[in-house]
Amino acid sequence: MYFAKLVVRNAMRHRLRTGLTLLGIVVAIVAFGLLRTVVEAWFAGAENASATRLVTRNAISLVFPLPITYRERIRQVDGVDSVSHANWFGGVYVTERNFFPQFAVDADSYFPLYPEYRLEPEQWSAFLRDRKGCVVGRKLARQHGFKVGDVVALRGTIFPGTWEFVVRAIYDGADANTDTSQFFFHWEYLNETLKKKLPRRSNTVGVYVIGIDQASNAAAVSASVDRMFRNSLAETLTETEKAFQLGFVAMTEAIVTAIQMVSFLVIFIIMAVMANTMAMTARERLAEYATMKALGFGPARLIGLIFGESLAIALVGAGLGIAATFPVAQWFAGQTGTLFPVFGVSQETVALQLAAALLVGAVAALFPGLRAARLRIVDGLRNIG
Amino acid sequence: MPGAPIVEIRHLFKSYRRGGLVIPVLHDLSFDIAQGEFMALMGPSGSGKSTLLNLIAGIDKPDSGELRIGEQDISALSESELADWRAANIGFIFQFYNLMPVLSAFENIELPLLLTNLGRRDRRERVEFSLQMVGLAERAAHYPSELSGGQQQRVAIARAIITDPLLIVADEPTGDLDRVSAAEILALLERLNREMGKTIVMVTHDQRASERARVIKHLDKGELADDESIAVKV
Repeated sequence: MYFAKLVVRNAMRHRLRTGLTLLGIVVAIVAFGLLRTVVEAWFAGAENASATRLVTRNAISLVFPLPITYRERIRQVDGVDSVSHANWFGGVYVTERNFFPQFAVDADSYFPLYPEYRLEPEQWSAFLRDRKGCVVGRKLARQHGFKVGDVVALRGTIFPGTWEFVVRAIYDGADANTDTSQFFFHWEYLNETLKKKLPRRSNTVGVYVIGIDQASNAAAVSASVDRMFRNSLAETLTETEKAFQLGFVAMTEAIVTAIQMVSFLVIFIIMAVMANTMAMTARERLAEYATMKALGFGPARLIGLIFGESLAIALVGAGLGIAATFPVAQWFAGQTGTLFPVFGVSQETVALQLAAALLVGAVAALFPGLRAARLRIVDGLRNIG
Repeated sequence: MPGAPIVEIRHLFKSYRRGGLVIPVLHDLSFDIAQGEFMALMGPSGSGKSTLLNLIAGIDKPDSGELRIGEQDISALSESELADWRAANIGFIFQFYNLMPVLSAFENIELPLLLTNLGRRDRRERVEFSLQMVGLAERAAHYPSELSGGQQQRVAIARAIITDPLLIVADEPTGDLDRVSAAEILALLERLNREMGKTIVMVTHDQRASERARVIKHLDKGELADDESIAVKV
């Protein structure tokens, strides 16, 4: 208790210096947490992927379609429970800035594969009845103010023309990590329109989504599907949903790496600032440390005092920084719209923030602590008067 | 009255190295300090009196020689053993008081007791007694910055006696004080010596301070000036 009091009073001895150091730690911890959250958001699609869903695409590239006729053949593969298909639509809502993912899907088979998308039964029925109906995620609806019954017009970029949809359902996520920034409509509507306007592009799909009986069969089913279409005009590449999502992340790996490096750099910088603060502090108190040593206090007690002070400042900074990370992340998510479908500060990020603060506090105290421990009493006593 | 020797110094040598240069400070010192003695160490700057005090206090080590304090040859102790020995046997009074600025007078005096097994209540009783001894009972909650120099030195004296040490070492205890405060501090030291039988070794430049001591030893260039310079007060 006595030493805890001494640690706190020592920390508060230079209020301005401690305050500025705290401010630096808070900013660093917030920046670190925000950057970590951005990295996590980048991987969110892969992290939330189901182990019992496979994605089959054209082996050459995702931009090349697959024939709709593959669906029934895939269904016959051992281990396949269900098959659905989807097309990336790539439409523009009002302006290019309003980006959100849009998919033409086979509703009857697609949504049962994604139980994490929760729909009201009445809305679901209304969506099935309306060929031009669409389902939007809660986050997307909130961002653009979509309500059931609204007409949403998208300007096609891959599929030319203006496409009008009626919002028939708004889905919620099963948990906070579910992506609710997507827009789904009937593949039949897309296909029938293409039959009239671009018949050559009709009866094709972007990807097949395959539901398998158990995750351990993923490799075998993937191999069976791809073997089936080997040497055909459209060879397939089947992989787990997670691998499929990670493929997108890999395209932007350099950015993710840069963000990660900056997040660690922020911690390194604050470590240097904190180390400087503690070094100054210890240098000013050499006579006090010498006096304590003369009175009989051993090096371990002095190291404890310095580490205690450094860790106390770092932990207070961490607490404030972590508390500030949540509103800052919320604000950031609002600013970026649907760029990050899932954007939330995870428990892992909070733990990393705390660990980073502890590391900063410990490293900053290391050299001053050693200096105090090695201090010769007679040398330290000369530092006064 | 002084009794048997409590400090026995035999053929003590101490030198410092500065760069490649060896500077001798103490040269073949031998003398005793009796229990209950109040000794003043005097001498010009650089004579080695502070170095000798540091050696007696166990905060520095001799190059050679024997230094026995209360039956313990402290020149043979390790750093950690010396720290424990100092905590139990030495009370320090410094020229600039060396109080912890963030601790109150009470807490400063309590500091050495944290190295003992005493409980909070016992510590409190001892601190309150020490504060009364030095006449600062009303100032227990005051921080050093709220006390005058003389009051700070009295807190330092209370801290020095709180563990009831074998020996009190004082390095220029009045060097930073005005004449009135210095006289009060010297009177207090004298009282500790006479009434409580505390053995005190004090380094001082001040003739008036030395006059309060029972014995005065003069050091010059690391040696006792001569045995005849020992002045025993009545």
